[in-house]
Amino acid sequence: MDTFLQQIVNGLTLGCVYAVVALGYTMVYGIIQLINFAHGEVVMIGCMVAFSVIVALAGSGMPPLVIVGIGILAAVPVCMAVGYVVERVAYRPLRNAPRLAPLITAIGVSIILQHLALLVWSRNIIAFPQIIELKLFHLGSDASAAAISNIQVAIIVTSIVMMATLLLLVYKTRIGIAMRATSQNPQMAGLMGVDINGVISFTFVIGAALGAVAGVMVGTYYGIAHYQMGFLLGLKAFSAAVLGGIGNLGGAVLGGILMGLIEALGAGYVGDWTNVCVLNDFLPGFQDVCSATPDASLFGSNYKDVYAFIVLILVLVFRPQGLLGERLGDRA
Amino acid sequence: MIPDLLRKHPAARWVGVALIVVALAALPFALATVGTAWVRITNLAILFVLLSLGLNIVVGFAGLLDLGYIAFYAVGAYTYALLASPHFNLHLPFWVILPIGAAIACFFGVLLGTPTLKLRGDYLAIVTLGFGEIIRIFLNNLSEPFNLTNGPKGITTIDPIRILGMDFANTTRVGEIAISGTIKYYYFLVFVLAIVIVVNLRLQDSRIGRAWEAIREDEVAARAMGINTIHMKLLAFAMGASFGGIAGGIFSAIQGFISPESFILTESVMVLSMVVLGGMGNIWGVVLGALLLSFVPELLRYSVEPVQRWLFGRSLIDPEVIRMLLFGVAMVAMMLFRPAGLFPSAVRKRELTVRDNAR
Repeated sequence: MDTFLQQIVNGLTLGCVYAVVALGYTMVYGIIQLINFAHGEVVMIGCMVAFSVIVALAGSGMPPLVIVGIGILAAVPVCMAVGYVVERVAYRPLRNAPRLAPLITAIGVSIILQHLALLVWSRNIIAFPQIIELKLFHLGSDASAAAISNIQVAIIVTSIVMMATLLLLVYKTRIGIAMRATSQNPQMAGLMGVDINGVISFTFVIGAALGAVAGVMVGTYYGIAHYQMGFLLGLKAFSAAVLGGIGNLGGAVLGGILMGLIEALGAGYVGDWTNVCVLNDFLPGFQDVCSATPDASLFGSNYKDVYAFIVLILVLVFRPQGLLGERLGDRA
Repeated sequence: MIPDLLRKHPAARWVGVALIVVALAALPFALATVGTAWVRITNLAILFVLLSLGLNIVVGFAGLLDLGYIAFYAVGAYTYALLASPHFNLHLPFWVILPIGAAIACFFGVLLGTPTLKLRGDYLAIVTLGFGEIIRIFLNNLSEPFNLTNGPKGITTIDPIRILGMDFANTTRVGEIAISGTIKYYYFLVFVLAIVIVVNLRLQDSRIGRAWEAIREDEVAARAMGINTIHMKLLAFAMGASFGGIAGGIFSAIQGFISPESFILTESVMVLSMVVLGGMGNIWGVVLGALLLSFVPELLRYSVEPVQRWLFGRSLIDPEVIRMLLFGVAMVAMMLFRPAGLFPSAVRKRELTVRDNAR
């Protein structure tokens, strides 16, 4: 059972990151019904900025946690600015245009952001400096028990704090009321004195700030960064948002965590299940392969990126509104 | 400039067509004098025109955003590669494989479209985006336990196209003139392109084309008029996919080597920006957009490097990056300033401009 528990721990960590990124998608979608394709790129830029800051400060003798903290503090405003500019330049002028137009600008913006990042941080895979010493806490008595690292604990705690803060912001503050009003009916909200453009900009900026922190978490967790990392991460987080019910904050959190668990368990188990020798017991024709390469499997962990996509398709077929969503798939 | 008499004469049209044919026939020889590489570049440009026309059916005619179009190209290319290479020791002729490739690509299109086309367009965009990536992951990994795609190493020594015993890989001599394989492919591509353009033009004005246009403009109204919108959207998706599959097969034959690296997201984005630049739904515009975005980066490659070396003494920005930035900026700028393309059709212009009373 230790593998199982270990995969649950890994999945929860990953799921928290997905949840935070998914919140960015779902907030924007909830308020202006637009898929912000560039959100994954914002996460990537957050990761890259934090990387540069951490590298610059790594030799300064400051405590590692402070350095990572400064990295986050640097990444957040940069991403906020990127989020604001993207909304202002690429989405706002097209708010009343047909749906295809903002989708295409979104793709264009994400290409531009990717290649600007390429110019600044090179096209290579960047090794994230591991300044925080990895400590493992075993969830059992012996050394072979499942373990959770201090980084994983930090990611989970940070995510929970951020999600709680966001919920407070949306449900307990004046700007939160304005956001909810705008998402229900922008014109009416405008008539009630809500500055709609301000609220929409605010939504993008908050989403981008969450994305920045998520970027730093991904970087420290995996230890690598790449200018194209935002694409798959964004795709998975978006799938998570759809799974939970897009436009629904609680749904994004639930979807994100489920998505993380699915990916971790999928990578951990599907390989074993589709092992050629296991398949040999059910289906004929695998004998030769089994005796030649007994470790080979049809869908090993190299297919882990596929699971999120399969989940997305299944959700769209069987429950397009998502797990917690009330909004029905708009057919027009 | 041209006198009215000439323009109205019934033969004028045919003279024009004849002039274009002669120009197209002479072009590769003219280009070959500059450098053989330019003929090759032209061939790839025509392939991109084919792809853009395929995507134009989906995005332009039916208004469905497909961000993983290159996946169908990949399916066609791999179908050709597997059926005409030493990999499985199969060597079928190209006129057998191209329809098979188109059919398989079409099958994938239907498979992907069925769950998503019932929903709003945004979902289609994201699902196709994922699909493009998934196909690439599968191509990369389907080398074990059964070696289907040979993984990242790709498939090599793919058969060239052969027509009537004439091999497209070698140079043929017709009297004094040597016709290289590249030039033969050029003629083949121009021939295919002509067919595809005619099919597209006829399709646009057909009952199906008009149904697509209706769906694009207002899906609810289209359904009220008795159009089976889901069938029509699926048809557009499947047709676009088949064109992609055919283009992929030809790509395979021309290159002689393919690997998953040729089918990354960047390529999908490139084809999409060609369609957007030319004007979605405008066939001649799309042809122009594809040619423009194929040649300009090549020209950049030859100009940007020397200019940078001259200015800064070294190459600061990779032309490849400039090219991608150009694609991104083109997409954003086109949507903001000329949403219906460089040379918009009247209908599309009306549709894509911002309406004050919308929602």
